Amino acid sequence: MNVLAIETSCDETAAAVVRDGHDVLSSIVSSQVALHARYGGVVPEIASRNHVECLPSVIDQAVAESGLDWSGLDMIAATYGPGLASSLLVGLSAGKALALRLDRPFCAINHLEAHLYSIFLGPDAPDVKNVCPFVALLVSGGHTVLYRVEGIGDYRVLGMTTDDAAGEAFDKGATLMGLSYPGGPAIEKAAVNGDRAHIHFSRGIQKKITEAIEGLDPSLCFSFSGLKTALLYFLKKNPIAAGNDLASVSASYQEAIVDSLTGRTGKALRDERAIALVGGVSLNSRLREKLAGLAAERNVNLLLADRAYCADNAAMVAGLAGVGRGVIGDQAMSTDACPSAVVS
Amino acid sequence: MKTITSHSPEETQSIASDLLSELPDNSVLALHGDLGAGKTCFVKGLAKALGIKQAITSPTFTIVNEYLQPSPLYHIDLYRLGGPDEMFGLGFEEYFEKDGVKAIEWAERAGDLIPEDAVHIDFWTGQMPEERVISVRR
Repeated sequence: MNVLAIETSCDETAAAVVRDGHDVLSSIVSSQVALHARYGGVVPEIASRNHVECLPSVIDQAVAESGLDWSGLDMIAATYGPGLASSLLVGLSAGKALALRLDRPFCAINHLEAHLYSIFLGPDAPDVKNVCPFVALLVSGGHTVLYRVEGIGDYRVLGMTTDDAAGEAFDKGATLMGLSYPGGPAIEKAAVNGDRAHIHFSRGIQKKITEAIEGLDPSLCFSFSGLKTALLYFLKKNPIAAGNDLASVSASYQEAIVDSLTGRTGKALRDERAIALVGGVSLNSRLREKLAGLAAERNVNLLLADRAYCADNAAMVAGLAGVGRGVIGDQAMSTDACPSAVVS
Repeated sequence: MKTITSHSPEETQSIASDLLSELPDNSVLALHGDLGAGKTCFVKGLAKALGIKQAITSPTFTIVNEYLQPSPLYHIDLYRLGGPDEMFGLGFEEYFEKDGVKAIEWAERAGDLIPEDAVHIDFWTGQMPEERVISVRR
């Protein structure tokens, strides 16, 4: 089965064609990062306006590169949430319209579940039954969640952030240090040759306010707002312009985020057979290195998506639709954009 | 104008709670201050006072987080917006028609779209790491 999927939940306009849930025939991502860089983040109105402008050519290119023609597509899928309402609406409406025009079923996909599925794309992907159950760490600009995955469609949230997402901590930290957007790659680059032990930032264990999210173990939840404040105070006293070592401040800040993510993933790991790292922040080399160390120590596999499917993309959406997940048919046609959709 | 110094996140939360009890229902709170100045912490205090059990997480990515039970709170964050001209099409003004407390971080980015009867609150970091200065303009 050949699925054409559209993904416009945030700042990437993406379309992809995937065969039978695994075989990526094409995956086109048109990033709006350059447009958003001057604001230090994503601007929703700009995002949705540009999705409208870019999407037709991104879809055309995905179909052309797949080697199929329109009649060779068996299903159309699109992300319904979570994400920015106005951006989601662009891809969702386009997907529905295309499904009607081509007389094919429509499938509405959850963006977070698609990220969890990203490790199963491509020729080197593991077999689902060989790796489940596993602990998945989903880290991006808008999300930081730990899941236990029993199988595709069978997830339990173990922990999540109580305030900022890890990617947001990178973005806001970069802003405080005068670095560019997106903050993750900027901090990683600045941190090369820096001393990671230069400053010991808090690892997000809140001493006074223990915030529990109902039903979740607080020791598996994350907090990054205190870290941001600690950086703010450090920079007030030790401005980078005054010769303070940007490389070491960046390295120390990155280390605090990475340690917090790795530490809680280690705590979450019990009888699972693997750790999966997904989402845009999974491209961070230091995070990969530390999680690989944890996986080796605990004698489990570390599952990573192909680098092309870490940040937002449509291949993960098409793949998940291709294995029978998502909302299908009439119910999908009446599915609205859901900015705060969750996976459970 | 009233200026209060908070010495801890807990104190910031109880300042929020005290202020809320003095305000009419469905108030719009326009929050101003830099990164790390205590705006989100203040909103956590509002949520607690309203009896909201859910965790108040950052709305930076989603722009608006809605908490409807037991009493509505709309937590809005305009950090990623350049200015009021970028807010058209977001449905931002619709939130002011709704029942419930509206707390808006980086409210200055909405310009004239903020209702005239909004309570403006400024946040500054203090001398000590946990110190915050909160000033209410009414």
